[in-house]
Amino acid sequence: MSTKQLTFSKQESTLYMVFMHVTFVSLLIGGLMGLLQTLVRSGKYTLPFNIDYYTILTVHGVILGLVLTTFFIIGFQFSLLGKTVGISKKQLRAAWLSFWVMLVGTVMAAITILIGEASVLFTFYAPLQAHPAFYFGLAFVIIGSWIAAITNFRQLYVWKKANKGQKSPLLAFMVTINMAMWVIASLGVATAVLIQFIPWSLGYAETINVLLTRTLFWYFGHPLVYFWLLPAYMAWYAIIPKIIGGKLFSDSLARLAFILLLMFSIPVGFHHQLTEPGIDPTWKFIQVVLTFMVIIPSLMTAFSIFATFEITGRRKGYRGVFGWFRKLPWKDVRFLAPFIGMLAFIPGGAGGIINASHQMNSLIHNTIWVTGHFHLTAATTVILTFFGIAYWLIPHLTGRTLTAKLNRLGILQTIIWTVGMTIMSTSMHIQGLLGGPRRSNFSEYAGGEQVATWINYQLAQAIGGSILFIGIILMVYIFIQLAFFAPRGHEEYPIAEEESDALPTPKVLENWYLWVGLTIALILFAYTIPVIDIIKHSPPGSVPFSWPIGRS
Amino acid sequence: MHFHKYEKIWLIFGSGSLIVFLMVLGFAAFWKGTHPQSHIETIDPQNIEAHEAFQAENLGLHEVEDGKYIVNIVASAFNYDLGKDENGDIVKTIRVPKGSSVLFQITTRDVVHGFQVAGTNVNMMVEPGHISRFETVLKNNGEFTIVCNEYCGIGHHLMFGTVEVY
Repeated sequence: MSTKQLTFSKQESTLYMVFMHVTFVSLLIGGLMGLLQTLVRSGKYTLPFNIDYYTILTVHGVILGLVLTTFFIIGFQFSLLGKTVGISKKQLRAAWLSFWVMLVGTVMAAITILIGEASVLFTFYAPLQAHPAFYFGLAFVIIGSWIAAITNFRQLYVWKKANKGQKSPLLAFMVTINMAMWVIASLGVATAVLIQFIPWSLGYAETINVLLTRTLFWYFGHPLVYFWLLPAYMAWYAIIPKIIGGKLFSDSLARLAFILLLMFSIPVGFHHQLTEPGIDPTWKFIQVVLTFMVIIPSLMTAFSIFATFEITGRRKGYRGVFGWFRKLPWKDVRFLAPFIGMLAFIPGGAGGIINASHQMNSLIHNTIWVTGHFHLTAATTVILTFFGIAYWLIPHLTGRTLTAKLNRLGILQTIIWTVGMTIMSTSMHIQGLLGGPRRSNFSEYAGGEQVATWINYQLAQAIGGSILFIGIILMVYIFIQLAFFAPRGHEEYPIAEEESDALPTPKVLENWYLWVGLTIALILFAYTIPVIDIIKHSPPGSVPFSWPIGRS
Repeated sequence: MHFHKYEKIWLIFGSGSLIVFLMVLGFAAFWKGTHPQSHIETIDPQNIEAHEAFQAENLGLHEVEDGKYIVNIVASAFNYDLGKDENGDIVKTIRVPKGSSVLFQITTRDVVHGFQVAGTNVNMMVEPGHISRFETVLKNNGEFTIVCNEYCGIGHHLMFGTVEVY
């Protein structure tokens, strides 16, 4: 297989960089909100200027969960395709269009939230009603991401036509899987926003079917987290091996894992709705079983990664049971940051299994355990891998280099993040097991021993959160250095190659009709009957409520 | 497709544990009846009083037979209505003897709320148009905080109550 790397034109680099600029501005704003939340919840600090806790909570969730992730991923994926299959002038224009549509949507939603007209949190559950501009903003972000997806599909299609009979480059294949999943999943939230929320927020529809909005949201909400995770997997499978001086473990296994992730990420949304009253428990259980199927590709991923580490180490001559492990490039931040991310996925994944375990879910549902969980998975595994990518991607795009000094700062950043997150996430997990709720301003409730214990853990979270914010400042500093000030030079874009004696990849793995068809079949199986039930047995709809979120 | 021998062992072991785990969950859910709450009973959110359990005089704790209780609750932003006591004062604490079997029955008259009795298995979403129910045996003495654990607006953290097991 040819793994010839294409060179970015100036225009291309500029495009990929604008996505990175939005990413790191979001990191700073969203991170600051996170810090403020932990301080408020310690009970020792009050927000100035009458700012409401739930406004900053909404900003935090939307800007980190939707804006940072989506901009980073789409920019990174464009660069992956640019490296492996190339981008035409026309596609470049379409990519810019996707950027602007998403940015306009983001700004619309952000302004609505900041003036206090959309304190509905990142899940915007009906019948809380935000200002219509919030829903329009979300719609633009989704539509912009679809333009990016169609452009990505087109990029691979054009390459395939020019390279008949050849298998697609692995990373291009992975990007296509992730965007296919994104499009199929976001149809759910787009339906809710366009057909239910917008007419209702404008007053054209009097009532809204609450359970249906939630079901459509979670049909999207779970694949959303896989949309964050898959780019991290791309780096683990196809980039980290190159950084440590090794080769791909197996092209076919990597593709198979991504196909399984596509199939089993979507028909599983009910595991976020396990304690809801209006869904048949048998269908909940069926989706729980489907949820657990993603454990298999995750086990495959874990095996492949550690196999690559060992094979590479042994080839370099390191002996003994763990000799290869000690000699991994621990002082290279491009490796260290994603590696810590991988480690965090072990407790993160185990916690996820608990969350999705049908009846066991009621132990932790909506407690701050869940917040602790996704600060391990999203805010450690995914984000540390994204940082790990940024250390070489940003200088590659700006024609600069990651200097030894910046590398050391990066290592320090990774350590700060690990320490801060260990403190914050662990105390969230424990407080959650003791029943402490998530998404709540500081409160002493009815007082008593139970609540006093919760508040102690909230103090620990404020300490962890403050350490994390130092990490954020440091990361933003490193970004600015890499973008504007680091010495000029060439930074490698690391893409791992296959072994020279690798077995050929089975053709069936690239049969898109088959895999997308199976994905849709699974979705129809998991959702058709329960959604018909929900619609048929729906209670009278809900009128809007905007006063509870402070709108007059 | 080629799988490494160790990878086969790893995947067989992993998938095997997964199957055992799912069988345990399934057995507990379908044979032991530990499904999460799902009653699929609907109600008009603008007229919840049409249901007897949610009329003002029926809210709060009722003993239905020896050691068996029902608690009817109406959630609204930002309060749990647990009825009034014999003096006409608002009830904020439910008191039940240790070992009682208690059925919590709740609905909302406005937005989505949560209902968790922290430290017990009682943890439900409360959604407009639906009735949420969960029955449990309260085996431990103590004071347990009732918290709203689904965001319901800017007073969300002020929505609470207490269950006291004596």
